[in-house]
Amino acid sequence: MEAAGVSGEAGVGETGSAGERAGGVSGAGGLSGAAEGVGEQALRVGWRAPEVEQELPQLRLILARARVTRAGAVNGRSPPGVRQRVHECANRYRGARAIGVRREPVPSAYRVFYRQIGLDPEVVRTPIEAVVLERMMHGGFRSEGLLADALLIALIDTGVPVWALDAAALDGELGVRLSRAGEPLGRAPDAPMLPAGRLVVADRLGPGAGLGPGDGPDGAEGSVVLGSLFGELAPDCRPGAHTQELELFAVQVAGVPTLYVEEALWSSRAILEQGYSPSEKHW
Amino acid sequence: MQLTIDRVDFVSSLGPGRRAPVRGADERAARQALRAQVARLEHELCAIVVEGFPHIRPPAPTYGGDSLAGGPCLLSLGQLERTRDELAGMVQAARRAATERAELETRSRELLRRMQREPSRYKFVRLPVRDLGEHGCGVWEVRPRLGLLGMLAGWWQVKLSSGCPLG
Repeated sequence: MEAAGVSGEAGVGETGSAGERAGGVSGAGGLSGAAEGVGEQALRVGWRAPEVEQELPQLRLILARARVTRAGAVNGRSPPGVRQRVHECANRYRGARAIGVRREPVPSAYRVFYRQIGLDPEVVRTPIEAVVLERMMHGGFRSEGLLADALLIALIDTGVPVWALDAAALDGELGVRLSRAGEPLGRAPDAPMLPAGRLVVADRLGPGAGLGPGDGPDGAEGSVVLGSLFGELAPDCRPGAHTQELELFAVQVAGVPTLYVEEALWSSRAILEQGYSPSEKHW
Repeated sequence: MQLTIDRVDFVSSLGPGRRAPVRGADERAARQALRAQVARLEHELCAIVVEGFPHIRPPAPTYGGDSLAGGPCLLSLGQLERTRDELAGMVQAARRAATERAELETRSRELLRRMQREPSRYKFVRLPVRDLGEHGCGVWEVRPRLGLLGMLAGWWQVKLSSGCPLG
């Protein structure tokens, strides 16, 4: 699926490959905005702290579970079909398109969002621009294991970045909130500390907890930060050799059609569970 | 592009990630308006850079080479204003660069026409094809036909050197 030519928020009632796989939608604890346009039954919408919801109403965390069915580690070598697909992805980004990618609707939406949350996309590259830059520097994409390949293919196909966490390391549903001062990134005793007010992906917490840097320590009791939004994931929650189940999540922002987010999650999950990309069947 | 809003001064004086004690609906609306302006400016900047590449480079990193607040956060009104102003500055600089570039190409095309019309008036003048908005490293040059003989006889011609094979 090409990102070019699509603009604005698609979404509600959208039909298409992901829409055709439609089923019910489950939000996290009946959160507002949980159901719109997320057609895949197993896709869920993460919670948002009220402050985040108020300020960035179009920011959504879309979640999906994926079971690791292969015998080896999820980070192990990809099947030949997936490796081939990774190599073929490089053909879609040559010099001219690599320059123009920042103007395509979906990558452009992430650039705008970066600016709006205080990141400079010329310094902290958006995920799609980062991989395109890497492709230009190395002359192609390199297969780096099944999980990395699955996420890369989804990103190249849709422009929507997907991250994966070890589901066994999570406690409850994922969501977005602000970090508190000195809060650790992950559960490890030596986890790096975060400053207050960062947008983070965390587990457990439901809506209405009044989280925020000034809300006191009780507001986020038990909720653990698993990653910075668009940034580093907690080392102890990253998928490893013994991971049986993955929690995939994508960040939807204003201007990114829901269909693209669904497709990114569905595509990466299909590769992880079945060992091939869904669009591979049409090739 | 200007946005005039009444705001309390202490909002901008708060550190990154700090919240103002009072966050009214007016201030939230102002932040939304600023976010919309940031979006419009970013789109405009991208369009200028993409259309002008490689002659117009992406802007140098802002925020001192790091993010505005050291990471993703909810920006305060003051931080959003700063982001908007910096973007507006970058758009202005990019527009100016695009205008200068267009003027250079116009002048270069005119020079090439004159060189082709009267080569003897522009002896040994070199004009890179990049200045004409074309890719590659070729150069238009006024050279004497048949070397020294042409130079003595006043036989001048405009030739395009192909440049390097990778150009």
